[in-house]
Amino acid sequence: MTSIAHLIKTFTLWEFVKAHWLTLQYFFKPKATINYPFEKNPLSARFRGEHALRRYPNGEERCIACKLCEAVCPALAITIESEPRDDGSRRTTRYDIDMTKCIYCGFCQEACPVDAIVEGPNFEFATETREELLYDKAKLLDNGAKWERAIAANLAADAPYR
Amino acid sequence: MTSFFQNLGMGYDAAWFTATIAGILLIALPLMLAVAMIIYAERKLWAAFALRRGPNVVGPFGVLQSFADGLKVFLQETIIPSASNRGLFLIAPIITFTVALMAWAVIPFADGVVLSNINVGLLYILAISSLGVYGVVIAGWASNSKYPFYSAMRAAAQMISYEVSIGFILICIVLWAGTFNIGGIIEGQRGHVFGFINAYAFNPLLFPIAVMFLISSMAETARAPFDLTEAESELVAGYQTEYSSMAFALFWLGEYANVLLMCALNAILFWGGYLPPVDWAPLYLVPGIIWFFAKILLMFFIFAWVKATVPRYRYDQLMRLGWKVFLPISLFWVFLVSGYLMFTGHFA
Repeated sequence: MTSIAHLIKTFTLWEFVKAHWLTLQYFFKPKATINYPFEKNPLSARFRGEHALRRYPNGEERCIACKLCEAVCPALAITIESEPRDDGSRRTTRYDIDMTKCIYCGFCQEACPVDAIVEGPNFEFATETREELLYDKAKLLDNGAKWERAIAANLAADAPYR
Repeated sequence: MTSFFQNLGMGYDAAWFTATIAGILLIALPLMLAVAMIIYAERKLWAAFALRRGPNVVGPFGVLQSFADGLKVFLQETIIPSASNRGLFLIAPIITFTVALMAWAVIPFADGVVLSNINVGLLYILAISSLGVYGVVIAGWASNSKYPFYSAMRAAAQMISYEVSIGFILICIVLWAGTFNIGGIIEGQRGHVFGFINAYAFNPLLFPIAVMFLISSMAETARAPFDLTEAESELVAGYQTEYSSMAFALFWLGEYANVLLMCALNAILFWGGYLPPVDWAPLYLVPGIIWFFAKILLMFFIFAWVKATVPRYRYDQLMRLGWKVFLPISLFWVFLVSGYLMFTGHFA
């Protein structure tokens, strides 16, 4: 009996018909992929993207050159040199991040006592040359200026859980 | 068309020659365009089956994607492997491409609109589509490389296997229509079922072989689930592994021209070609070429649908299906159809 059923199934291509019915249902479903450059998925407030050096609202740099981020960086991507400024406060003269070394672990922002170095929500910073990925202090401060609102909002959203 | 050129003041021979050249161009150039669009359509269809979007950047909705790809391919360097047989290596894609175009000579696009209305049109198509395997085999041989060679062997075995059953299926159709002429076969389907459905496929005796022909034509064009010749997980890219630039593009175009040809053959042999689906006078107001293209596109949708659904056959399964399933069944069907026709008195 089962062999007859098997025979009928074989000759009516039953499994094929079933499979094609299934794929046809998928054919009419809405697309799962988003139209990327025009649509983007929501990002977590904790998303670790491109780095930025922040400033206080009065324009003062946050970074106090404690070098905790440099020490904690597992990829040795951060290089810091510091000197006392004219008013006696300690500031960085050099703050470089080699983005080709960075593994985006987020330890630098965890280590930072003043929330100066932060990984922002930007992930679209591809460049045409490798050299452009060797960020210096000016570039990082510039990023800070550009992304301050988003970064501040993310930090505020994450603050209750810290 | 010959008389049109004669009216322009040409002699008969010159007019016939011009008309034929014009007819060839009228078929070949739109066919190339159709192939470009069909590749785009297929990518869109697969994408939809996989819940993806498919090409959507080049031109509105990505319709120019194939042209962008073509341009990119044309600008590439033609690489001829130093160990290859240079002459054969270059002639293989030309054979594939030419043969894929040649078969269209006998396809009627509407009532009487056919480049050469020969009496043995079906035999011609069978012969030409069998020649297509030479391009593949020569490509595999001339590349002097392992994977293309395996692929060429597979292609040859596969096409021979399925051509046998395709031959028997065509014999059933020819028996029923009583002619090898493709226009005659289409006319034979006018009001074939219940006196008003214009398709052999709705004849219960012919429906099984319509399905078998559909499956065999997928095997014949080496498409999924029979794409053993291009099984990328086993054979890199199959017989076209060593090809680049224009030569590769010719394989590409030839392959899809073949797919379109097989879709057209399915439409012609079983679904009434340029006839409307139902023998009802208002439907004849729509030009036959539109019905024909609609049927081709429907067949092509099925081809893409199958490719998006089923996994690839194993090689032994492919051979088993060809020789141990399709061949006996199609042979049996030849007896069945000819017996039926004999007892119902079709053979006067």
